[in-house]
Amino acid sequence: MRVDVHAWIGEYPWRALPTTGVGDLLSTMDAVGIDRAWVGSLPAAFRRDPRPDNEVLYRALAAHADRLAPAPTVHPDLPGWERDLNEAVAIGARAIRVYPCQSGIDPAGEAMHALANATAAAGLPLVLTVHFEDVRQRHPLDVAPELEASAVRALLRAVPKVQLVVAAARRPLIEEVHWGSTADESARVSWELSHLWGPPEDELARLVETVGAERFVFGTHWPLRVAEAAAAKLELLEVAPEVRALVEGENAQRLEE
Amino acid sequence: MLIDVHAHFHHDRSPRADWAALNARRLAVGERLGIRWQVGSVLGTWGRRSPTYFPSPDDVSYGNDRMLGIAAERPNRVRAYACVNPNHPAHAVDEIERCLAQGAIGVKLAASRRATDPLLDPIAELAGAHGVPILHHVWQHRRRDWPGQEASDGAELCALAARHPATRFVLAHLAGGGDWQHTARAAATTPNVFLDLAGSGADQGMVEAALAAVGPERLVWGADLTFCTAFARLRELERLGVSAEDRDAIRGGNARRIFPKGAFDAR
Repeated sequence: MRVDVHAWIGEYPWRALPTTGVGDLLSTMDAVGIDRAWVGSLPAAFRRDPRPDNEVLYRALAAHADRLAPAPTVHPDLPGWERDLNEAVAIGARAIRVYPCQSGIDPAGEAMHALANATAAAGLPLVLTVHFEDVRQRHPLDVAPELEASAVRALLRAVPKVQLVVAAARRPLIEEVHWGSTADESARVSWELSHLWGPPEDELARLVETVGAERFVFGTHWPLRVAEAAAAKLELLEVAPEVRALVEGENAQRLEE
Repeated sequence: MLIDVHAHFHHDRSPRADWAALNARRLAVGERLGIRWQVGSVLGTWGRRSPTYFPSPDDVSYGNDRMLGIAAERPNRVRAYACVNPNHPAHAVDEIERCLAQGAIGVKLAASRRATDPLLDPIAELAGAHGVPILHHVWQHRRRDWPGQEASDGAELCALAARHPATRFVLAHLAGGGDWQHTARAAATTPNVFLDLAGSGADQGMVEAALAAVGPERLVWGADLTFCTAFARLRELERLGVSAEDRDAIRGGNARRIFPKGAFDAR
C-alpha cells in the first residue's frame, strides 16, 4: 500500500502548472503506483480565508473517497477557525494542513499551540510544509520565510499530544529536530520524503538508519513536483522489504488510525 | 545508451572522509540504472584547500589528475572533463591542453568568472578548436550575487555562446535550483547551447518547458548530485509521450553528437 501524505489540487499563484485537477492527480497516482493520497487545496495556502477552497476540495474529492482523503487547511488566527476544524472532522479529513509562514503568524506562537491542541484532541495529524519552492527560484514577491526547525521543536514541546507531519524538509532540519528533541517529542513527528536526496548521497537511507524508518512517510509534493521523483526515492532506497513498507505506507496508515 | 554528462567525483584531498565510498556508490548505482557512461569532473579540492568555485591552479591540476585517474581505471564507464579556473588564464589554457592530451573529452567551467567576461573567450575558442564541449555551471536566473561563487545565468552563458558559435556549450543542471523558465527562454534562440536536465529539482512543467524551448535535440541527460530526480526524469519523459527516438536522443544520442567523435568508444 503506497500512501501519499502530501498532494494538493488547485492552482499555484507563482507559476502555471501543467496539471492540477483531481483527474490529473488520479492519473498521476496510477502512473507511479500510489494507492491513496491525503489531498489539500494548494490555493488555500495563499489566501486569507481557506474556507471557500476547503469547500471546493471537499466537493472535488467526494466521488473518490476510496482513494483521496481531504487534508483541509485551517488558519488558526481567523475568528471561528474551530468551526473549520470541526467541519473537517465531520467530513472525515485525514489530516489538517496549516501554513503559518504564508499566513503571517508565528509558527510556534499561541495560535499554533491552540490549533495543535485541537488537532491532537481530534486525533488528527497536523501537516506543516517547510517550503513550496526552492528559495532560489521563487517569484520576487514570494517572500514568506521557510518553516524553521526551532518552530517544529517548540510545537512538539508545547503541545504534548500533537502528531506532526512535516513536509518538504531537508536533512539538516530533520536532524536538528530529531536530535534536539526528547524521545517522546521526536516520536510525534513524521517526515515526508519528497525533498530528501537518494544515491549517491543517500540522505534518505542514512536518515532511515539513524532517525528510524518509523519516522518517514511517502509524499510527492504534487502538483509542484512530478510524482516520479518521490517514487524513485523509494525505488532506489536499498532497505529490507519490511522497512520499505513502513515508509511507503504503513507509517501513514498508522497515523490514520 | 544512457550517458550522464554531469557527474562529479571526489578524492583524498576533498573535505569528505567518505570520498572513496561516495565514488564507489556513484559507480554502483550508475550500473544499477544502466548508465553506460559517466562524464565527470572534480572542482579542485572541493573547498578543502581553496574555494570550490575559485580553486587554486594547484588544486585544479590535482583534481583533474584524480579525475583522469578515475577515468583511466574505468575506461569503459567513465570519461573526464578538464576543470579550469579562468581567473588564471595561462594555467587554464595549459590545463585544458594537458588534460585533453590525456583523454579528457570536455571542459568544465564552474562559477569562477562570469560567462560574459572576456577572460572566458580564449577558453571557449580553445574548446571549439578541439571540438570538445564546455559544461558550464549555471544559476537559473541569477538576480544577485550569492556567496562563494561568481555564477552566471542562462542569458549570460548564451551571450558567451553567441560570441563562439562554433563551440558547443552544455548549460548545467536546469533542475539545480533557480528559475528554469528564465533559462528556457534564454536558450531558445542560441543553437549551440544544450540544456542538461540534472539537478535535485523535480518541478512539474520543467521538462515540458525545456522541450518547448529547445526541442529534444538540445536536451541532454545528467544526474549531478542526485540520481533519484535524474532517474525520475527518464520516467517523466515516457509519461509525457516523448517518442522513443527523441528519448534516445536525450538519453545519450545528443551527447554522442556534441562530444568528440569516438569519445564513447571503448579504449
